[in-house]
Amino acid sequence: MSSTDIRSDPADWRPAATIEALRTRARMLRATREFFADRGVMEVQTPVLGAATVTDPAIDSMQTDIPGARRPYLQTSPEYHMKRLLAAGAPSIYQIGPVFRAGEQGRWHNPEFTMLEWYRLGFDAASLMDEVADLVDALLGPAAYERQTYAGLIDDRFGVEANGADDAACLEAARELGLGCDAGVEAALDLLLADAIASAGVRRLFVTDFPRRLAALARIGTTGNAARFELVLDGVEVANGYHELCDADELEDRMAADILRRRAAGGREVETDRRLLAAQRHGLPECAGVAVGFDRLVALRLGVTDVSAAMAFDWKKA
Amino acid sequence: MATYSTNEFRPGLKVLLEGDPCSILASEFVKPGKGQAFTRVKFRNLKTGRVWERTYRSGESLEAADVLETQMEFLYSDGDFWHFMNTDGSFEQKAASLTVVSEAKSWLLGQEVCNVTLWNDEPISVVAPNFVELAVKETDPGIRGDTAQGGTKPATLATGATIKVPLFVEIGDVLRIDTRTGEYVNRVKA
Repeated sequence: MSSTDIRSDPADWRPAATIEALRTRARMLRATREFFADRGVMEVQTPVLGAATVTDPAIDSMQTDIPGARRPYLQTSPEYHMKRLLAAGAPSIYQIGPVFRAGEQGRWHNPEFTMLEWYRLGFDAASLMDEVADLVDALLGPAAYERQTYAGLIDDRFGVEANGADDAACLEAARELGLGCDAGVEAALDLLLADAIASAGVRRLFVTDFPRRLAALARIGTTGNAARFELVLDGVEVANGYHELCDADELEDRMAADILRRRAAGGREVETDRRLLAAQRHGLPECAGVAVGFDRLVALRLGVTDVSAAMAFDWKKA
Repeated sequence: MATYSTNEFRPGLKVLLEGDPCSILASEFVKPGKGQAFTRVKFRNLKTGRVWERTYRSGESLEAADVLETQMEFLYSDGDFWHFMNTDGSFEQKAASLTVVSEAKSWLLGQEVCNVTLWNDEPISVVAPNFVELAVKETDPGIRGDTAQGGTKPATLATGATIKVPLFVEIGDVLRIDTRTGEYVNRVKA
C-alpha cells in the first residue's frame, strides 16, 4: 500500500538522472573544487557516522548500527566536525559530501543528499554572501542578486508583521494557506516563509536578518536579529549561512532550549554534542560558514523541477 | 479504519476530509531548511466536485475513505431513486438519490453505462457517458433543407432535458449529444 516502499519494483534498475545530466553534475563538481582551490580554501573530509547529532528541532537524524558500539548517527550536516577542525587550527575549509535527514522526501528533498559546506575565517555574513554569489555565478552563470530581510519577505507576500507584533495576523495568513487551527505561531511563520520562498519567482534572492528564534548557530547581529542568511534561486532554497556563533555558553543554552522544544513537540530525544561544546570552549575562530544543497544547484542548472533528476539514483531507486 | 500519514499522500489516494470523501489531486512536501515540514495538498471533494486546499504538518494523518470507482448501467428511475446495475455480471443493483444524479439524469433514459463512484458501497456521484443518443420529444417545426450554420432553437429530449439544436431538427429525430457540454453534436437518425 505504501508508496514509500523502496523495493517495490525490482525491474526499475535504471538511474534517476540521465548520463548527460551526470556529466553536467561532474563538471559542476570540478568547477566547485577549482573555485575553492583558486581561493586557497582547503578541502576536508569528515565522518558520515558520528556519536552525536544536531539538536535543531526541525531536523530529524537517522541512526544505524555498529556491533558492540553505541548507535551512531548519520550526520545531517558536517558542521560540528568542521567546527572542531577550525577550533583545532584549520584554515578556511570546505567539504562536499553526503548528509542524511529522516522524513525529508519530496520534489526538492531526498533523505540522502550532497551538501557543499564551507567556512571562511574572518568573514561575516555580508562577505560570505558575496562569495556564495561568486560561486553560483561560476556554476549557473552570472546574474543579479537581491537582498531582503526575513520580515520584509513575509510582509511583501502576506502584509503581516513576522516580528511577534501581530501573531494573530500571521496565524490568520497561515490558515488561509490551509493550516489547521491547532497549529501555533511558530508553525504558521514557518509555513509563511516556505510559501514566500516558493513564490519568490525567477530571481536570485538572499534572505537576511532571521529572527532570534531561527538563529540556529548564527550570532545575533547589531539589529538584534540573527546574522543568518539564505539564498533562494528561482523559488528554491539553496544555501543557508551564518556569521558563526563563537560564544560557547550561548551555544550550550541554545542547545538546551532546542532539546526542550524537541521534547515539547514530541520529537526524538537527542543529547548535546559534548565534543562540539568542548571545541567551542577551546575557541572557535571568528568565521562565517554556509551550506549549499548541491543537488538542487545541479537541478537548477539542468532546468528540472525535481531534485531526483540531478542524482544518479534518488532514494526510491537506490 | 486505515489511515494515511503525510508521507504516504499521493495523487489518487481517497481520504476522509471533514467527513467527506475526497481524492488527492496533488501533494507537495515543503520545508524551510530550519523550519517545520509541511505537506500541502489539493483535494477534490468527491461529493461536491469542489477543490479544497489544506496544509498538514509532518506526521499528521487522514483516514482512508472506502471509495470505489466503477461502471454501472442505468436501469430505471422510480421518481425518488435512480437504479443502476453492475456491469461485471453480478447483476448487483444500487440506488442513487436525486442529488447524486442531479447532473447525469438529464442524459439517462436506460441502458447507458455510467461512471459511478461508491463510498461505503453507496453511490455518491454518477457521470453519464460522454456521448448519448436521444430522440427529440418536442420542438418547433423544422425548416426543411435549412442546414445553414447559425440558427438554433430549443428542443426537449426524451429525458426531459432541453438543449439548443439547429433549425432543421424535427420531432422524432435522434441526436448525438456531448454530455460534458450539453451540446448537440449531430443528427443520427431523421
